[in-house]
Amino acid sequence: MTAYRFAVNGAPVEVDVPGMRRLLDVLREDLALNGTKEGCGEGECGACTVLLDGSPVDSCLVPVCQVDGSAVLTVEGLAVAPTRPGQADGLDELQAAFLVTGGAQCGICTPGMLMAGRAYLDGGGGPDHDAIREAIAGNLCRCTGYTKIVEAIALAAVTNDGDAVR
Amino acid sequence: MPVEPPITSPRTLADAYAQLAEGPVTPIAGGTDLMVSLTGELGEPPERMLDLWHLDELRGIALDGDSLVLGALTTYTDLRRSSLCREHVPALVEAAATIGAAQIQNRGTIGGNAVNASPAGDTLPVLLALDATLVCGSVRGERDVPATAFWPGYRRTALAPDELLVRIRFPLVAGRASRFRKVGTRRAQSISKVVMALAYCAGTDGGLWTDVRLALGSVAPTPIRASATEAVLEGRPPIPAIAELAAETLAAELHPIDDVRSTAEYRRVVSARVLHRLIREAGGW
Ligand SMILES: Cc1cc2nc3c(=O)[nH]c(=O)nc-3n(C[C@H](O)[C@H](O)[C@H](O)COP(=O)(O)OP(=O)(O)OC[C@H]3O[C@@H](n4cnc5c(N)ncnc54)[C@H](O)[C@@H]3O)c2cc1C
Ligand code: FES
Ligand code: FES
Repeated sequence: MTAYRFAVNGAPVEVDVPGMRRLLDVLREDLALNGTKEGCGEGECGACTVLLDGSPVDSCLVPVCQVDGSAVLTVEGLAVAPTRPGQADGLDELQAAFLVTGGAQCGICTPGMLMAGRAYLDGGGGPDHDAIREAIAGNLCRCTGYTKIVEAIALAAVTNDGDAVR
Repeated sequence: MPVEPPITSPRTLADAYAQLAEGPVTPIAGGTDLMVSLTGELGEPPERMLDLWHLDELRGIALDGDSLVLGALTTYTDLRRSSLCREHVPALVEAAATIGAAQIQNRGTIGGNAVNASPAGDTLPVLLALDATLVCGSVRGERDVPATAFWPGYRRTALAPDELLVRIRFPLVAGRASRFRKVGTRRAQSISKVVMALAYCAGTDGGLWTDVRLALGSVAPTPIRASATEAVLEGRPPIPAIAELAAETLAAELHPIDDVRSTAEYRRVVSARVLHRLIREAGGW
């Protein structure tokens, strides 16, 4: 085994695990960050989406050896991420928007939706519904019918205080 | 639980070649095909694995003489963002945009698509239509394999067990147009029922097409060129009579199969219609 070093939600971590362990399992089992969910385990549903060096990836498809030296952002990092201070109850504006529009029902898809949506907003994405739908095309939701999720991301895009590109 | 075979992460290509020369190891690039197969339920897992992700020698998009060269680790996101690719290999960029969704495009590589050798791999017909050359490397050095010889059989490639796909070279052809079409069940995350790439040079002499290449995926055990149909189009203009003839020829030339994603009949009819439409769009009628 080799020790792999990377950052999770801004904090450095070191794990001594098999290099082929899925990032998803390292997060949930080894680092006890259970916010990231497993839906399908094969890249279809996006429930396990995290940001790897700012880009959305399915953490069920990424072996931890490939994360060495990178920065991972999980749903746990949204509310407290150092680049986003001072929202009400510490929520990221996208999380707050999900509460406003009712973007979560059972909640299994929500962490992945939040991360895919966050990446979209960080990339300068606006409130256009078609563009939002493309950005979350890799995230399945069996409850909401997507409309409220799309509305949440669009709402966050306009409440982003004009600093859409961070 | 997914299986976790031992893996090393070499930092140089030379080190990777040396490990491949020592015995059977399975390379992993973006993992979007491989990780799915490691559930522990799909046959014997690899004994040892080799992580290619940190090999910067396998990255990069650059012009080299009269070719555009893409490192094997070029992701679909890299392709979509590259102005060189948009200018010189637009059909490849169109293909990249249809693969999976953002999460898959951020990790999946063009090299992984080629070596995975699925007959439904979306970039494979594009490589055939654009006369790509696949550069394979090992401790013995590098060798060029034309796309037409890279997929000799169902899910097989021309790579030796100790070889890596290093890069893919596309000849730059002045005046070449290229088009891509994929037919699947939904826009994102779907495997092709039919995938088609068409390339041609439209001369100034009345719009006659030359150097026509028509390649398809999901209609045979390997990606294929439709040579009878190419012959119909070669030296002819994109007019209704030629489009009809080409579509008929294609329907007769293909021998697809029924499978979980579609039927042979559907694939044959749709392939012919898609080609007809591409010709009509090019002809502007
Ligand atoms: C949800 C989902 C949707 C998908 N949608 C599509 C789609 O629409 N169209 C499509 O074509 N594919 C699709 N795929 C399949 C996959 O994403 C692509 O085939 C991708 O290009 C594979 O690249 P990779 O880098 O992830 O390959 P990996 O999984 O890392 O490797 C694939 C194979 O290639 C070998 N390999 C990889 N790189 C090299 C190299 N440089 N030299 C030698 N061997 C190598 C590996 O050993 C392995 O056998 C999808 C997959 C998922 C999970
Ligand atoms: S659990 Fe990773 S995509 Fe479904
Ligand atoms: S809220 Fe239940 S899957 Fe999306």
